[in-house]
Parts: sequence; C-alpha cells; structure tokens
Amino acid sequence: MNIIVCIKQVPDTSEIRIDPVNGTLIRDGVPSIINPDDKAGLELALQLKDSHGAHVTVITMGPPQADRALREALAMGAHRAILLTDRKFAGADTLATSHTLAGALRKISYDLIITGRQAIDGDTAQVGPQIAEHLDLPQISYLEHLTFDGQKTITAKRAIEEGYEILETQTPCVVTVLSSAYKSRYMSVKGIIHAYAAEVECWGADLIEVKEEYLGLKGSPTRVHKAFSRGVKAAGELYELDTQEAVGMIVSKLKEKFIIN
Amino acid sequence: MIRAFAEHEVKPLAAEVDETERFPTETVQKMAALGIFGIPVPAELGGAGGNILMYAQAVEELSAACATTGVIVSAHTSLCIAPILEHGTPAQKQKYIPKLASGEWLGAFALTEPNAGTDAAAQQTTAVEEGDNYVLNGSKIFITNAGYAHVYVVMAMTDKSAGTRGITAFIVEEGTPGFSIGKKEKKMGIRGSSTCELIFENCIIPKENMLGKIGKGFGIAMKTLDGGRIGIAAQALGIAQGAMNETVKYIKERKQFGKPLSAFQNTQFQLADLQTRISAARMLVRSAAFKKDQGVNYSADAAMAKLYAAEVAMDMASKAIQFHGGYGYTREYPVERFLRDAKITEIYEGTSEVQRMVIAAHLLK
Repeated sequence: MNIIVCIKQVPDTSEIRIDPVNGTLIRDGVPSIINPDDKAGLELALQLKDSHGAHVTVITMGPPQADRALREALAMGAHRAILLTDRKFAGADTLATSHTLAGALRKISYDLIITGRQAIDGDTAQVGPQIAEHLDLPQISYLEHLTFDGQKTITAKRAIEEGYEILETQTPCVVTVLSSAYKSRYMSVKGIIHAYAAEVECWGADLIEVKEEYLGLKGSPTRVHKAFSRGVKAAGELYELDTQEAVGMIVSKLKEKFIIN
Repeated sequence: MIRAFAEHEVKPLAAEVDETERFPTETVQKMAALGIFGIPVPAELGGAGGNILMYAQAVEELSAACATTGVIVSAHTSLCIAPILEHGTPAQKQKYIPKLASGEWLGAFALTEPNAGTDAAAQQTTAVEEGDNYVLNGSKIFITNAGYAHVYVVMAMTDKSAGTRGITAFIVEEGTPGFSIGKKEKKMGIRGSSTCELIFENCIIPKENMLGKIGKGFGIAMKTLDGGRIGIAAQALGIAQGAMNETVKYIKERKQFGKPLSAFQNTQFQLADLQTRISAARMLVRSAAFKKDQGVNYSADAAMAKLYAAEVAMDMASKAIQFHGGYGYTREYPVERFLRDAKITEIYEGTSEVQRMVIAAHLLK
C-alpha cells in the first residue's frame, strides 16, 4: 500500500501576533510547525505502516525552508519526502496549490492520499477535496477514524455537525483528517539522526504533470480584498437566573436587538 | 523532540515522582521506545548513531523538567554504556550494548564505597581469582539506578599491594548469585532516582566479564567519570534553565505594588545576569561534549563544565525561590525541588573540590 501524505508548514498560530496597523501576521520569530491536521494525517499513515507495512511518502509545496517539515516527517517514520518548490508555484491560492499537488501526485503511485482537514493559517479546508476532484478520486473529509481491510476497502468515521457518518470506499481515494483524530508520535532519536542525512527530493514545475497556467499567482483566482483584525468586543453581561427566567431574558434580549421577532 | 517529550511526558510527573520517591518506570519505558538510552551508541550496536553533544542536550532538556529523569539517563549512558563501549571486548559489546542502547536493560556503575568516596583508590571490595572466575566480596554505596539496572560496571581490588594498579573493572549482571541490593537511600533531591547499596558475598564472576585488562580498573573508572561529568554538567544546566523558565513565567504573572515583578529593574538585571551565566555554562558543557566527540582530551573541560554548571544551578535555584517569595518555599511550586535537586550536582561524580583538583592538575602538569 502506497500512502501519500500532503503536509503544509505553517506558522505556529498559538504564538502569532497580528500587526495592529496593517492587519497582517507578524511572522518574525514565530516557529514553523507541521500543520496539526496534517500531522494527525501523517500519524494515520504511520499507523498503517506499522499495521499493514504501508510505504509512506510525504509531500509539501513551499519555499526551500519547508524542507524542515519534511525532515520532521522522515524522523517520525515516513519513507520518502518530496518538496515541490519553484518560483512558478509562488502566490498560489488553494486552487493553484491543489493543482500543483495533483500534478505531482500524477507522477507517483498511490493507494491512499491523506491531507489534513485544513491549515491553521488559512482555515479553508479546500485543498484536500480539490485534489480529489482533480484526480477524479472518491473523498472522505473530516475523518475521525479509519480502518483498512488490508485489500482495497476503507471504512471511515466522518465527523459532521449532527454526529458521525460511517462511510466505506475503495482505494485509491483521498481522506482529510481532523487533528483530534490521531495523536502524533514523537520523532525518535534514531529517526532524527537519519532524517538529517536523508534525501528530500526537490521537484520543480518541469517535473510535475499539470498545465502551467494552473500554477502560482497566475492560476489563483482568489483576490484578497482586505485583511483586518476583529475589534475587541465589549465585556459581556453576567446573570444568575434559573432556567425559566434565563430563557425569558435571552428571548427578550434577542428581540431587543431585532435578531428575532 | 526531547523538549516536547520532556514538557508533555516528563514534567507532569516530576512533582509526584519527587514527593513519593518513586522510580518513574513508565517514563523509562517511553524513553526506551524513543531511543533516548542509546543516543551516542553506534547504529551497528543498536544505538541511535548520535554523539555526546546530542546526548548532553537530551540530558539537559530532560533535567529542565525532572532532574531524576536526567540522572537515570546520564548514569546509564555515561557510566555503564561508555566504559563497555570504550574498554569492552567485541563479545562484551555484542552481549551488552544493544540491550542497553535499546533501554531493554538499564545500566549502573559502582565505584564508591563507605570508605572510598573522593579517595576512590581506597577500594575494599575484593576480587580473588579462582580458576576461570573471580570471586567478589564487599559492598558499594550510593549506586544510581541500583535495583532497576540489569548491568553493573563494578570496581574491585584484585591486588591490594598494587594500589590503584590493583583495581580491576568487572561487568556484573543482576541476578548473579551472591550479588544483592542493600539499603535504599532517602535523599534530599533527585528523589525518584534509585540510590542503593550493592552487596557482594562470594559473588562468582566469570573471567570473560572482566572489563579491560587486570589492574586497569582505576584508569577506566577515572576516564568514565570524565565522561560522566558531561552528563552531570548537562543535568545541572537543565536544572538551572528549568528554574529560570519557571521564574520567568511566575514574575510575569505575580503582581506587587501594582505591577508585575518583571517590571522591576532589579528583577530584570538579576535575571539577565543569571541567564548570562546559564548560557556560559551551556557553552562549557557543549565545548566539553564537542571535544569528547572529536576524540581530543576533554578531562579539564568536563571538570570545568560540571563545576560551573553545578554552581550556576545552585545559585539559580536559590534565586528562583527568592523570586517566588513564600510560595517558592512551598511544594506548590517546583522551584524548591530544583534547589534540592541542584545540590547533588556539586557532589556526585566528583565533588566541586575534585573538579578543581582536576582543573588545577591540568594547568600545572
């Protein structure tokens, strides 16, 4: 079984601050990490490696320093790492990113493609499903748990607002994983030492199978109109009431603000 | 990696391990799975294929969370794996190193006796040749990892008339008839680590378990302690940085006279001086580790690193309590533990006085 895990190196948003003047992220001095949903996806792949002997490839699109995220994945136990890096990829929105990744995936043999649900620096949750569309593969998003029968069948527990769905599909397919689904393992000492010297393959636009107009800024229809910080909310009001009184109070407040009639 | 492991797996247990004087078996198992017990061991002998510099950084990070955990790794790696790697026969290495490096077996080192502390040459444990064996009699004290270790590197007198040249090293396995664990010490700090007496009563050790040549044990012990000092210096450094980290967190939150303690310039200047000394200690530790990795003489460097890092740890831990005020004196905060843990780093694997002897001897040779 060949598993490809698509990961993204992101700034650790738990440590990020926003420039109050122009509303942009202050990235200086903020550590870069593997996006948490992607890391859970990597853990799923590594568990399938442990249980079914799967071969795990990690792939990312990013600047040369994204190499570090791939080496971390190698230290955790991935077999192969591919960095998609090229000036032509720069300025990509989710569509151009998914085209680039799909272009690379066409060059690799896969049974299961795993992505995180979404990245903490964008929160779009679009790249995984778009990859599935480009490659015309079945997809299961918001994955909480996956079982594999060792042949071709995957059973997945998918989180939806009202509860869960249990879905079954055949490989090859795409799944997008929630960070809460799998607690990722630590890198091993041996893994870290191995990962220092291990090869990270660098692929440019010439090595992937996709039309050039789909790449980078050119292939990105998204336009950012404005970025701003949400204003600070006023302190809330606190009431201590029994349930009946509380319901009455909430309803009257909502009416007062014309939220309900 | 080690920092994240220490933060999430080691630190949450530190206070309880200290309070109950419990050996953290579950942490030992987790560290084994990650390869922490064989960092500087070559890959062909089952280790991680790393070096002393990496090992020292690992001990530092572990000790910043829990000094007990730091010393378990340090005694195992520096005092048991290192002498077998450096002086063992190919058969001894094959037999012991892979299991020690994987953490399946824990290691220990036994030199100190009731009457042979800093004067290590005054060994009273004897090893008498009998056919294909040696028969050990005597006792050792203050042995770290005792009772949990499977492999002990033990020094014993094979020829009393020859002084230091009459001391020989042996590898003794747990369960060998005549070998037992005696009294467990109740300690001021590193209370989760096991520190016990070893008792040898007509303990028969096959000759193939002699480590190095006959009469070479004292040299092996001294060389082993040179390396061990890097581990203890790293432990002291970790304690100092751990105490600093706790202090920084506290003084940002604690308000007196209407502002956080961190806003007082006196606090800032004291912390700046302390962190400068911690960083200087780190440079000494890494420089000694680097020299050992390069295969050049590092004996004085290791002594300087341990001497200085231990003193910085004591000073930092004591100041950390002062910054915490009355709360720092209680067990509600970890800083009083850091002070209790720091003290031993001025004593074991050569007291600060011994380090000064080593440094001076290097200067005056």
